[in-house]
Amino acid sequence: MRRAFWNILLKDIKTYYLKPPNISWGIIFPVSWTLMFFIRSGGAVDIRGILPGVMALSVLFGTTSMLAVTMTFERRKRSFERLLLAPISLNLLMLAKTTGAIIFGVFNAFLPVLFAAFLIDLSGINWLSAFISVLLIAVTSTFLGLFVAVSVSEVFEAQTFSNFFRFPMIFLCGLFIPLENLPAFLRPLSYLLPLTYGADMLKFSINQAGSIPVWLSLLVLVAYGAGLFLFSTYNIQRKWIY
Amino acid sequence: MSIIEVTDLRKHYGDVEAVKGISFSVAGGEIFGFLGPNGAGKTTTINMLTGLARPTAGKISICGQDGIKNIKKVQRFIGIVPDESNLYDELSGFENLVFCASLYGMGKKEREAKARELLARFGLADTGERPFKAYSKGMKRKLTIAAGIIHNPKILFLDEPTTGIDVESAGQIRELIKELNRKGTTVFLTTHYLEEAERLCHRIGFIVNGKVVAVDTVDRLLRETRQENTVEFTMDKGTAGLEDALQKRFPGITVKEISAHKIRIASPEEIELMPFMQFFAANNIRIREAKIVRPTLEEVFLKIAGIKINRLEKKAEGGGK
Repeated sequence: MRRAFWNILLKDIKTYYLKPPNISWGIIFPVSWTLMFFIRSGGAVDIRGILPGVMALSVLFGTTSMLAVTMTFERRKRSFERLLLAPISLNLLMLAKTTGAIIFGVFNAFLPVLFAAFLIDLSGINWLSAFISVLLIAVTSTFLGLFVAVSVSEVFEAQTFSNFFRFPMIFLCGLFIPLENLPAFLRPLSYLLPLTYGADMLKFSINQAGSIPVWLSLLVLVAYGAGLFLFSTYNIQRKWIY
Repeated sequence: MSIIEVTDLRKHYGDVEAVKGISFSVAGGEIFGFLGPNGAGKTTTINMLTGLARPTAGKISICGQDGIKNIKKVQRFIGIVPDESNLYDELSGFENLVFCASLYGMGKKEREAKARELLARFGLADTGERPFKAYSKGMKRKLTIAAGIIHNPKILFLDEPTTGIDVESAGQIRELIKELNRKGTTVFLTTHYLEEAERLCHRIGFIVNGKVVAVDTVDRLLRETRQENTVEFTMDKGTAGLEDALQKRFPGITVKEISAHKIRIASPEEIELMPFMQFFAANNIRIREAKIVRPTLEEVFLKIAGIKINRLEKKAEGGGK
């Protein structure tokens, strides 16, 4: 069933991710974050310091927006039924559907890096570790998008529900405000969110400045990814194969 | 030999029992019509047979496989054409077919060749590169059927294949269904058009309120309902007073005025036409047409199901004929 996997992925890339509005979304969004944070205060901003946050934010918004919309859209048009009725396992089907969003998220993450390369010296970054961090953030964010897509039936609901998670994450996950500067009562909430661990891994890769042990972040992100994926496929079986 | 065997199949949605222990079988190579009014349980049954819904209880066997436990194996043998043309708007006709074939593990060359063959067979060769969203309703329907058979399924589930499309396309689709069946595909068909079912199906199952109330060949269903013989006469004059005169002359028959120039005679015995012709001649009435009236499948359905005609779903829409 390798063929089915690749063809679903290629179809999604062609149908959704390579469409002009999505390419522009994929570029404009990270560019906006970059401009907002890097250029706003001229030399006053520590670009390297905020780069992990901007990268994490680009992945989070890129993946969750795309998946929540495309899945909900296909479900509404009933073309998703076509996939459910094909002789491929639900797990493989959902991996095929989410891989496009993960690739899109990884691509989004490295756009701010490209802009930063023109403004600052990027030597000393552990690129392998940064890539693994971005990949894990993309996987967990995509599966969060999948969880949202399976929980709603309308595209606008998907966007609203996504924002319910996304916007608090900007402030709670240590992207721009260090966790230790957050009020004590909010910190437990931060440690419940997967982006906290992904952003910390990125900080470690780029600035050697993480505050959580890398092994713990890895473990939490893998567990979150697996948990969200399994819960979403369980939900699909319960709600869509009714 | 049965290719589909359904035994005591049930489906509950909360407290509502949508399908109430139905049993039937479909023989390999036949066109089986599954008919019923709105909310009778047709779609729920199809969904359970194809793997889109999980039965609460009962057994399904398809091509000798357990249709509940081994549904992913079963899905290799079946093709499904839903009531909505649900292909991808952004992809062309050709790309849609190639994509659907890939879901069944077909190789690139094989699926492209099959897609071209089907586009030609369905009269869509010239429009194969157009995006699906630019197709007319009839073309969409044909392409959706093509997508359902691209992997050469043994059984094709067709849900309302001709609803809402023009007469010409509907006729073409019926011919395609017959052709597929001649080549050995078993067809499981639901339709709102009883005349379509009468023309296409070898056997028919009626489902009402979640229960299968009859399963038989079309001929046998019609014969059982025709408990009396009926002849309809069309005359050159009005039928005023004729009803009583006929009743007096031929006791034992039932006479019914259909319109100003048309009457219908029914009798439990076989009707000899000659005495009637002589009667009309003696009364200076010329007969323009005399025809034996057979019950339609609709009448059979109404009699079996015991429901009113206006409950036959979407009948008033009138398409498909």
